[in-house]
Amino acid sequence: MTIQFKNETFRDDFTFSNSPEAIRRFPFPFDKDQYMYAVNIEQHMPGPAKSATEFPIDIDEHYVSEMRDRALVLKADPLRCQSLPHMITAEWDLVELLMESMAKHYPEHFTLTRDGDRWHWINRPLEIDQTFTFGDAATLPCPPMEYVTRQCQGDFCLLDQRNDNLWMDAGIVTTQADWSLDFDMGMNFMEWHGPVPLAHDMGVFDRALKFLLNLQQGRPVRRLNWTMTVNPRLDTSPENYHKWGIDRTTVTPENVGNKVHLRVELQALWRLPRSNAIVFSIRCYLIKMEELVTIPKWGRRLHRVLRDLPPELVDYKGLTRFRDTTVDYLARHDDGAPTSPGFFPD
Amino acid sequence: MSGGVEIPVRVVAIEQATPTVKRFSLAARDGAPLPLYSAGAHVVVAMDAADRRIKNPYSLIDRSPDGSTYRIGVLRTQQSRGGSAFMHEQVAVGSELTITMPVNLFPLNRTGRKHLLIAGGIGVTPIYAMAEELARQSVAYEIHYAMRDSAHGAFADELVARHGDRVRLYRDDCQEVIAVDRILPNQPLGTHLYVCGPEGMINAILAGGRAAGWPEENLHAERFLAPPGGSPFALRLAKAGITTEVRADQSLLEAIEAAGVDAAFLCRGGACGQCETRVVSADGELVHNDHFLSDDEKASGAKIMTCVSRLKGRELVLDL
Repeated sequence: MTIQFKNETFRDDFTFSNSPEAIRRFPFPFDKDQYMYAVNIEQHMPGPAKSATEFPIDIDEHYVSEMRDRALVLKADPLRCQSLPHMITAEWDLVELLMESMAKHYPEHFTLTRDGDRWHWINRPLEIDQTFTFGDAATLPCPPMEYVTRQCQGDFCLLDQRNDNLWMDAGIVTTQADWSLDFDMGMNFMEWHGPVPLAHDMGVFDRALKFLLNLQQGRPVRRLNWTMTVNPRLDTSPENYHKWGIDRTTVTPENVGNKVHLRVELQALWRLPRSNAIVFSIRCYLIKMEELVTIPKWGRRLHRVLRDLPPELVDYKGLTRFRDTTVDYLARHDDGAPTSPGFFPD
Repeated sequence: MSGGVEIPVRVVAIEQATPTVKRFSLAARDGAPLPLYSAGAHVVVAMDAADRRIKNPYSLIDRSPDGSTYRIGVLRTQQSRGGSAFMHEQVAVGSELTITMPVNLFPLNRTGRKHLLIAGGIGVTPIYAMAEELARQSVAYEIHYAMRDSAHGAFADELVARHGDRVRLYRDDCQEVIAVDRILPNQPLGTHLYVCGPEGMINAILAGGRAAGWPEENLHAERFLAPPGGSPFALRLAKAGITTEVRADQSLLEAIEAAGVDAAFLCRGGACGQCETRVVSADGELVHNDHFLSDDEKASGAKIMTCVSRLKGRELVLDL
C-alpha cells in the first residue's frame, strides 16, 4: 500500500485538507449522541483495515507536510523538545518502537536493518538513509528521541515511573491542543492534569494512574480525546497563543464549514522494555466541518454532541466563541434521524 | 489472559546453585528471542501440576546476550503450597512451562545519584539484575548480600567476580550482620536503597533508613509473598454464579482460575493491586496478606487481594 503524500500547510495559507479516503478513516471520537468524560481506555489492538488504528503507529497522507511543520516549530522554539538526562534509555526504547513499527507496516516507505547494535534506517518519503549504533547517541545527528520523532507523526511524551507516579521527564510536543511541554516538564501525572475540570471529582485520574502504573509490556492501550480548532493549525500551543487565539473570533456562518475543525487525538501508551518508562503518544487528526458532514451519521451526531455539551467543557475546550455558529451549521445536516451505535460510518 | 501476554517456554538448563536453590534457564518454545526487560522485573511462571495449575512470581536474574534464555532462581521453601516443590522435584531439562511478559514492580530510580543494593538469601535475584544494569550505566552502587553460610551464597562468587570490591558479603554462621546503622549514614545525598530478602530483614533495613533520616521515597523494597495456605473455605462468585472450594494448598486466585473465571492479576505477590476484588459478603474473618490495601481498607472488609489473601471461615462471596 503506497501512500500518496500531500504537499500542504498548517499555517499561513492553510492549504490542509483531507482526501475522501482520509475522511473515511478519520478517528471519529463519539460512539453515541452525547459526550462526557470517561476512562475510555481500551487495548491498542489492530482496528479495521485502512482505519487509523489498523497499525500501532499510523502514517497517513499528511506525513511529509506534518514533518515539515514540526521542523518549523522546532526551529522557532527548541524547547518543544526536551529530555532529562535519566531518560536516555527510554529515548532508545522509543527509537526501537517507532522504527520497528513503521518499517514493518509501511515497508514501501521505511526499511530497518539490524545487525546487532549496527542499525540501518531508510526513510524514503523524507529521503533519509542513516546508519548508526543503537545505544550510542554520538552516531546520530541529534539525540535519539528527537531524531526518530522528527520522522514520525504525533507528539510523544516519555513518562518515568517512580514512587508510584508517572513523571513527564522527556517529550517532543509540536501539535498540541493548548498545553506546553516546557511548562509540564518534570511534573507528575496529578500535577499536569490539574487544570482539567470535573474529571478530578469523578476520580478519573486516580483510576487512570493506577491503571497506567500497571501497564504491561506487550499490551499497549489507547484512548481518543477531542477538541475543536479554528483553521487547520497543528501548533496550537500556549507559547503561540498570540498567533492563533484570535482565530476563534473569525468564524462566520459563511466560513464555518471550512474554518472550524474537529481535532481528535489518538492517544496511545506503551510500556517500554529497557527503561520501564511509558511512552504516551498523542497523534492529532483534523477534519473540517464540511468534510465531516460528508459522512451523514457524523454530521448528525456531532451536532447533537456540541449542542448538549456541558458549559464547563465548552469553556475548557475553548469553544465558547464559535460553538453556536458551528451548531447552527451542523443543524442543517441533522434531519433528526436516529444514529447507529459505534464510531464508524454506516 | 488477564495477566497479560503469555510466553510458552522450555527449561533448557538447571543448576543446583546451593542445597536449597536451583537456577533454571528458560527458552521460548518457538525459538524467538525473549523480550527485553528492566532490572528488577519478574515473570509469573505457570506450572501444570497433576491436579491444578500453580502460578508463582520469580524475579529475572538475567537474559542471555543473544536473548535466547532467561534465568530465574527458585528457593525450595519449607511452607511451599507446591510451587517451589514442583519446580525442584517435577521440572527437568525439557519441561514445558508458561511465563508472563516481564513486569517490573521493583525498578531502579533513574534519578538516583548512587544505589545501595541489599539482599538476603534468595532475595538476591532482582539485586543481581540491578547490579548488572548499574555497572553497564557506570552509576555508583554498593552491594550488601547476607547469606546463611558459604554453601548458601547462591550468587556470592558471581557477584564478586563481576562487581569486585563493590560487594560486601555477610555470613550468618560467622555472626556477620548487615550493620545498617554504619552503612546508611554518610551516603551521598540522592542515594537510593533497595532491599529484597526475608520480611524481618526488610523491616530492619527500612527502619534503619528511617532512623538515619532518609526520605521514604528513597527507600525501596520488594516483598514478594508466596501466597500462604490456610484452611479450606467455600467460595461463591456472585456474577459468574459459580460456587467452588478454595483448598488448603490453593490461593484464592488459583481457585477462581480453576473455576474457569479469567480474573485480573499481575504480580501474584500482594504488591501491585491488579487483583483487587470487591467482597460481597464474608462468613468468617478476612486474612489480608497483601502490601497494597491500607490498614483502613483492610479493616473495612470491602476488598480483598485474591493473589495472597483468603478467608478463615465458612464462605466468601466475591463480586466476580
